[in-house]
Amino acid sequence: MPHNANPLSKMELSVAVLVSVGRHPLTARARRADHDARAVEMALSLGNANVQLIHAGDNGAPSEEALRSYLGMGLGEISLIKQSLGADVLPALAAWLRDAAPHLVLTGTRAETGEGSGLVPYMLAEILGWPVISGLAQVESIEGGIATVLQALPRGKRRRLRIRLPAIATVDSSAPVARQNAFGPARRGEFATRTCASAIDELQAQWSEQPARKRPKRLKIVKSASARDRFKAAAAKADSGGGQLLSDVTPEQGAEAIFTLLKGEDVLG
Amino acid sequence: MSETIRRDPRREWIARNRLHPEHARVIAALGGNGGGAVAISEWLGPNGVVRRNPRAIGFIGPNGIKRIDRSGLQQGGQPTATTTAARDSRRTVVIDQPAFLVAVVPDMTGGRLSSHDKDLLGLARRVADADVERPGAVVAILFGEYKGEGGGELKEQALGEAGIDRVVHFDDEFYAGFAPEARLAALSAVEREMTPRCWLLPDSPLGGADLGRRLAVRLGERAATGVWQIEADNKAPMGWRCTARGGGGSLDIQRPLPRVALALAECAEPVDETRHAAEQLTLSASIPATLSRIEDLGQVAVDPAGVALAEAEFILSGGNGVKQWDAFHHAAKVLGATEGASRVAVDDGFMARDRQVGATGTWVTARVYMAVGISGAIQHLQGIQRCDKVVAINLDPGCDMVKRADLAVIGDAGNILAALVARIEQYREQQQEKRNAA
Repeated sequence: MPHNANPLSKMELSVAVLVSVGRHPLTARARRADHDARAVEMALSLGNANVQLIHAGDNGAPSEEALRSYLGMGLGEISLIKQSLGADVLPALAAWLRDAAPHLVLTGTRAETGEGSGLVPYMLAEILGWPVISGLAQVESIEGGIATVLQALPRGKRRRLRIRLPAIATVDSSAPVARQNAFGPARRGEFATRTCASAIDELQAQWSEQPARKRPKRLKIVKSASARDRFKAAAAKADSGGGQLLSDVTPEQGAEAIFTLLKGEDVLG
Repeated sequence: MSETIRRDPRREWIARNRLHPEHARVIAALGGNGGGAVAISEWLGPNGVVRRNPRAIGFIGPNGIKRIDRSGLQQGGQPTATTTAARDSRRTVVIDQPAFLVAVVPDMTGGRLSSHDKDLLGLARRVADADVERPGAVVAILFGEYKGEGGGELKEQALGEAGIDRVVHFDDEFYAGFAPEARLAALSAVEREMTPRCWLLPDSPLGGADLGRRLAVRLGERAATGVWQIEADNKAPMGWRCTARGGGGSLDIQRPLPRVALALAECAEPVDETRHAAEQLTLSASIPATLSRIEDLGQVAVDPAGVALAEAEFILSGGNGVKQWDAFHHAAKVLGATEGASRVAVDDGFMARDRQVGATGTWVTARVYMAVGISGAIQHLQGIQRCDKVVAINLDPGCDMVKRADLAVIGDAGNILAALVARIEQYREQQQEKRNAA
């Protein structure tokens, strides 16, 4: 780990963002991937950080459009590692990161096309020997080679983590929304293309892919010996009110009832 | 006890004779645990013929009329016997010499098996029980405190009923919170010692999804993520083929089941017909201490106003019935609730568009949803379908929101909110005093 020795100041913080080509969930058009765009947004909001964008993969015309929309967020250049279709981008990305040696690598949780397993950040972390965290919501401070960050928990809660740099962090939908991309900067931005030998992902080539089927809804199965129980379960209304109704009460009595419920549900801090 | 039925003709005679002075005592003795007051409805007669007492069946209904419930629940004097039989119908399965192991790492959110964990254990059972001759055992690796349902032996029973044969429990304090590196070291130790044939984890954010990917990478396996279905397949190395969600939910990938699989919720039916041993195991080798590069500093208090509406836990939502919006905002602040609104309130400009709850706004998942002055249009009720508890404050007792609510208070929204704010401020003061005294 080359960066542990020399303490970082904010000026020289370099952040690499791994971006991918997304897919619009309805129109299936190529677009900037939502989580990756949020990762770019987070990198741009770090202040004086030197942000580099990397994309490894096959680039046709639609994917170039999608990549340009990352440039439209206010970046001048994107590093493009050309890979053939169906290649495993892991060796190429690992080699690039080893050369560039950024302090922090940000990326989306999982890709919107292809396998989309979300394994890439973990595999990169294992190859490079860096720590990895998921669900990054906010970077609070970076001092002396240690970043203090907030991790998103379910229900909008946050957890504070201290992580040693260099590190990899993934960003999901709890991070701030990405800024819009502007047309002019997107046109002006440049691709720094670099070629790298493509390693074909042979394992994935053996799998069969098909459009997602709708998952079957789980049936409510009532296991009971008596026909009466089964009938009652089948004929029961899904949600029969059954709630408590307080009418003709003073506001104080009503408030007391609500207070008791809120306290029972443990939502009052 | 001997199998031979020993009959006491005298007692049977007393049991038949309702006027006999000892009748009640004998009936109580014959009826077993049914209680003295209950007459038995069925017994074996002196000639080996089953005799029935039609007067002993049924019960007296609320109007003094005899009612007979033919559902099988109230048969004669043995209601307890039938219910215990229903409870004990689960088969007890003990696997002493498992052919292989299937390791499961449940999330245990809040110290209990979640429904996702139970589905996953159902999947693990399918993999383990595929070959009836050579069944495998399901090993659950638990981290942190295990609360379970009930205490003592019941706790272990809950694990067994979920389909767990063996339990490896790591409850040292350095596994608590977010400690992926320590947990990964523990899982690696389990892998070295037991070498399970297959690892199954829930693909739930920040639980199994994180740990499972770390484990797969450490074991050098290409994990299957988002698995929602498995099918037997003789050509696959493990004997199973799985269907996994990929490409942002737009693809189904069919592939042989790898050694590490991360499964979605509802991937299989939870176990409910068998009961397993849930035997405690301990690792013989000690786990090497790891230098952690990720340090957990604990949870942070968040501003409820900043929480996204879709994931807020407690929402105070205002509609057309709210007249004093300043008081409403103040109430939300005091309650510590995230603010929501109905479409009318948004259209009238009292709330921002991103605060709208309902079909055209946000579909919320709050645990407690408090609707103030919202009558409950169907579009709004759709948006709050997944809320657990709904509290309604409204002037109209017949409106749809009141029907949906778990607690409805009829009255003027402004007054009730003001009273609630006063009550909560009083509660907060009491808490503060308690803290100061302590």
